[in-house]
Amino acid sequence: MADPMKIRATLKGDTAEIRILMAHAMETGQRKDAAGNTVPPHFIQAMTVEVGGKKVVDGHVGTSVSRNPVFGFKVKGAKAGDKVVVSWVDNKGDKRTDEAAIA
Amino acid sequence: MKQRLVGALCAMAVAGGAFAQTPKKPAAKPAPQSPPAAEAKDAATLEFEKFRAEMEDSNPAELFEMKGEEQWKTKRGPKNVALAESCDLGQGVGKVEGAYVRMPRYFADADAVMDAERRIVWCMVEKQGFKFDDIAKKPFANANFTPDITNLVTYVAGHSRNMKVAVPLKDPKVHEAYEIGKEIAAYRAGPYDFSCNTCHGSDGKRIRMQNLPNLSTAKGAMSGVQGWPGYRMTGGVMLTHQWRMGDCFRQQRFPQPKYASDAIAYLLTYMIGNANGQVYKGPGIKR
Repeated sequence: MADPMKIRATLKGDTAEIRILMAHAMETGQRKDAAGNTVPPHFIQAMTVEVGGKKVVDGHVGTSVSRNPVFGFKVKGAKAGDKVVVSWVDNKGDKRTDEAAIA
Repeated sequence: MKQRLVGALCAMAVAGGAFAQTPKKPAAKPAPQSPPAAEAKDAATLEFEKFRAEMEDSNPAELFEMKGEEQWKTKRGPKNVALAESCDLGQGVGKVEGAYVRMPRYFADADAVMDAERRIVWCMVEKQGFKFDDIAKKPFANANFTPDITNLVTYVAGHSRNMKVAVPLKDPKVHEAYEIGKEIAAYRAGPYDFSCNTCHGSDGKRIRMQNLPNLSTAKGAMSGVQGWPGYRMTGGVMLTHQWRMGDCFRQQRFPQPKYASDAIAYLLTYMIGNANGQVYKGPGIKR
């Protein structure tokens, strides 16, 4: 599994504010390194977010997203203690899943 | 009517150094006139501060702290020892709480004043058996690679979050380092005849859109210290204070300093010592 993410989930009333910080190079495949060689593409292609067992985000992620991206979501109807599970898969088939409980 | 000519002598007090030569860089506009060193913030500054607050909320530096924690606690190197069980950062072996803001300090076992990065490298060499030259070959991060030492410095810095900077300036060895650092900061050299003070020695200076903190004051020094270690969004790299000092040398067209050298330790003692009493918010983030 790839490097871990940082998930922060806090409850404001009945809405959970979720912040996800992912560790990923997010190479577009268009950048050239110092030697002039093209750095091959390596980026997250898909991600899912589940809250309390229900899928709330099913996303396609592309090369416009920056390195070590931060995603923020607000989810209505969440409860304290609900599990937030985040998963991603990249173009090389590498994947990562992490979870946190809503505080 | 007699006209009384009052010879008003306008004493043009040319403050030494304040408006003296504005640094010129090749193929670039000369630096703009210093805005008045006032408390009033212009619209641009306010926008930058709003932007900074937003970015500080989810700082990718935290990812490097996590990596550094793993590396601190794992047995590594030819001697197969963990830094957590062997490295004293000044607060006791393995203790990281509050260690970053209490450095640079004098370490008797190394007989030297050391900043955080220099000290951790010393521990990696002496306690874990790594070779200094191997570490010094690629000591700083780039887009494709982050050295272990950068992760470790970030981890240690994170454990001084919201603590006051407390460099032990009363220690005679540290005091000596501070005084040497102060002299180095004033020393003009290189093809531009720059010293650190040329850019960082007075209030209100700016190069294009980059405000230049006055490192001789507590607040100015703190805004410098706060940035490092810091995640630079341009390029997505984690960079340390040692890196920044080297980059200043590069911008002054000085020869590159030796990695983790005495000179850098003395400069850091001066700069971080000036920030004593100010609160460190933990690893920073910059554009």
